Amino acid sequence: MVGLSAASRQAFDARVRDALADEVLQKVVAEGQDYMQALVEPVRAEAQWAAAVDEIARIRAHTLAHLDRYVDEFATNVEARGGKVFFAADAAEARRYVVDLAQQQRAKLIVKSKSMVTEEIELNPALESIGAKVVETDLGEFILQLAHEKPFHIVAPAIHKSLEQIRELFSTAAGRELKADAQALTEYARGALREQFFAADMGISGCNFGVAASGTVVLVTNEGNGRMTTTLPRTHVVVMGVERLVPTFADLAPILKILPWAGAGERITAYVTAITGPRRDDEADGPGELHVVIVDNGRSRILGGKYEKILTCIRCGACLDVCPVYRKIGGHSYDSVYPGPIGAVLSPLLDGLACHAELPFASSLCGACTEVCSAGIPLADYIRQLREDSVSNGSAPTAWRLGFQAFAAAAVRPRFWAAAEAVALPFLRLLSERGAFFIGRGPLAAWTRGRDFPRAEGTSFRAQWRRRPKRRAS
Amino acid sequence: MVTCLGDALFPRVGLAAARVLGNLGVAVDFPPGQTCCGQPAFNAGHRDVARRVARPFLRAFADSEYVVSISGSCAAMVREEYPRLFAGHAEEATAVRLASRTFEFSEFLVDVLGVTDLPVSRRARATFHHSCHTRRLLGVVEQPVRLLGMVEGLEYVPLTGADRCCGFGGTFAVTMPEISTAMVDEKVDHIVETGADLLIGLDMSCLMNIEGRLRRRGRAVEVRHLAEVLAAGWSA
Repeated sequence: MVGLSAASRQAFDARVRDALADEVLQKVVAEGQDYMQALVEPVRAEAQWAAAVDEIARIRAHTLAHLDRYVDEFATNVEARGGKVFFAADAAEARRYVVDLAQQQRAKLIVKSKSMVTEEIELNPALESIGAKVVETDLGEFILQLAHEKPFHIVAPAIHKSLEQIRELFSTAAGRELKADAQALTEYARGALREQFFAADMGISGCNFGVAASGTVVLVTNEGNGRMTTTLPRTHVVVMGVERLVPTFADLAPILKILPWAGAGERITAYVTAITGPRRDDEADGPGELHVVIVDNGRSRILGGKYEKILTCIRCGACLDVCPVYRKIGGHSYDSVYPGPIGAVLSPLLDGLACHAELPFASSLCGACTEVCSAGIPLADYIRQLREDSVSNGSAPTAWRLGFQAFAAAAVRPRFWAAAEAVALPFLRLLSERGAFFIGRGPLAAWTRGRDFPRAEGTSFRAQWRRRPKRRAS
Repeated sequence: MVTCLGDALFPRVGLAAARVLGNLGVAVDFPPGQTCCGQPAFNAGHRDVARRVARPFLRAFADSEYVVSISGSCAAMVREEYPRLFAGHAEEATAVRLASRTFEFSEFLVDVLGVTDLPVSRRARATFHHSCHTRRLLGVVEQPVRLLGMVEGLEYVPLTGADRCCGFGGTFAVTMPEISTAMVDEKVDHIVETGADLLIGLDMSCLMNIEGRLRRRGRAVEVRHLAEVLAAGWSA
């Protein structure tokens, strides 16, 4: 077991240090979180919010409990409307299908709307390796593509970029100096992307939810790029996780109510696009071909297990917007497709704990994520349970295991405990009376590097309680 | 329930809580069989160790009518986690019973004793840190604020970002010290912004973290558990 190996821990610490030292990142992420909280907090306190969350949890749990049936129904209906369905057991199969399709169709230019699952299967490099040009058309993803970076946030992928940084990236791409003005920069992106939409041979999108009863792919977007991607090119490829289903349109209602609020602080999203099959003979717009790639890639391993509820996630990003750890270390420190609390749980489950050994420990278990989860997922408890897994598979540090065992040996013997306190506390008092002190190694070293140690009183509560003057005869 | 941290490092808080409870007519007992509730091991993923540590703790409080904890997070461990930790074990019924009788200090005063006014005064500009487990696992938010309102002369200034973690997180503070310190730094910034000369809380672990950073940054803000403020200012 690789586990918390020194090398992976050092790499994690290095990423964290970079993030903590990045002044722009620190400022922009905190402002982004505060902005979202100011918008969402009052609405989240409303009673109907809690009711909608319960409803979402119920619908999603029901869907997962009968996932084989709903996947079957969904696929049958997609095919009945003229679409093609491919089941990919893993990322490699999914990539191969899309790459083969692009080759068959001699697709030279491919436009994409925002999709986390295509990040998960690393689709873009695979398409680029066959010579296709891939253009991300979501504004945030467009920024990241120019910056050669991965998404920093699952909903707002470029939230860590300042206006000035975006201006520089766009100016380089445009070959002229653009103004540091959000509208001017967006207009540049709009113009640049418009040409790509018309010229593209293939459009690739994700899928917020698939409706099993009708075989409909539903996209929830804000910029309109989703509609351009899915209607203009002659072929539309949908890549979706196998768990992204709801039984009927009615089941989508509470999700469409909560998702824009939790994800973007909006009462309603700008576009809800429902795609049922490719263009029919009597229709003017739409792609000639629709391919739906349903990706498992570790999800069926989670199904039926103790972490099953993680698959009910609606990808709203609310947990990232409240996480105090994400606030400090940002998205890239996680070094996983899905950052923040959802990533700290989902990534180890999809890729194996050994690939993300630090993530379950990079949490103060404050529970903010659990509190705001739109699907009622016990995220903080899952993070804690992943720690149990890393302890039981031997990847957690040995020193801690031994430390806890020694602690337990004393804790179960109250008299020994009291005697140990009587020896240790006077010493601790002497040490702590010096105010700031530093210790070279061990847990106290990690404490005293950034914080003073409390002034120890030198005698325990139990000793003082025994000697206390009795105020009342009893 | 004095907690391992309170026993070793903050005896004054346990004594203050006992004094306040005594003043309110509660017969206070300290079962000496208690050491640690097992939370540190539990949260670090050492479930079996946690259960081992929790067993004598269960026994120590077997005969207590109420268990009052000076730590919200330890109260949450007993109340929320013990029933699950001992599910299917011989002690399950004992654990469920203990969970139903365990309260955090401010919660006990307001919800169980029904305290509505206190003969307490303290001249200070004070702010309050809502610890995460106290707020989210126990749902204790209003109780301490109400008690603060009963203290004569105390000016209460709410803290910006009051529901955000201070970065303690048990072993997190020492396994991820850089992140933890960055978190507590922001907490300290907000405390300083309030202009308060007194920070009050319900959990010495969080307060130890915040005070440690305040001192390292040379800030003199006094840090106290609510029980200390009530005990010291009691005038009857």
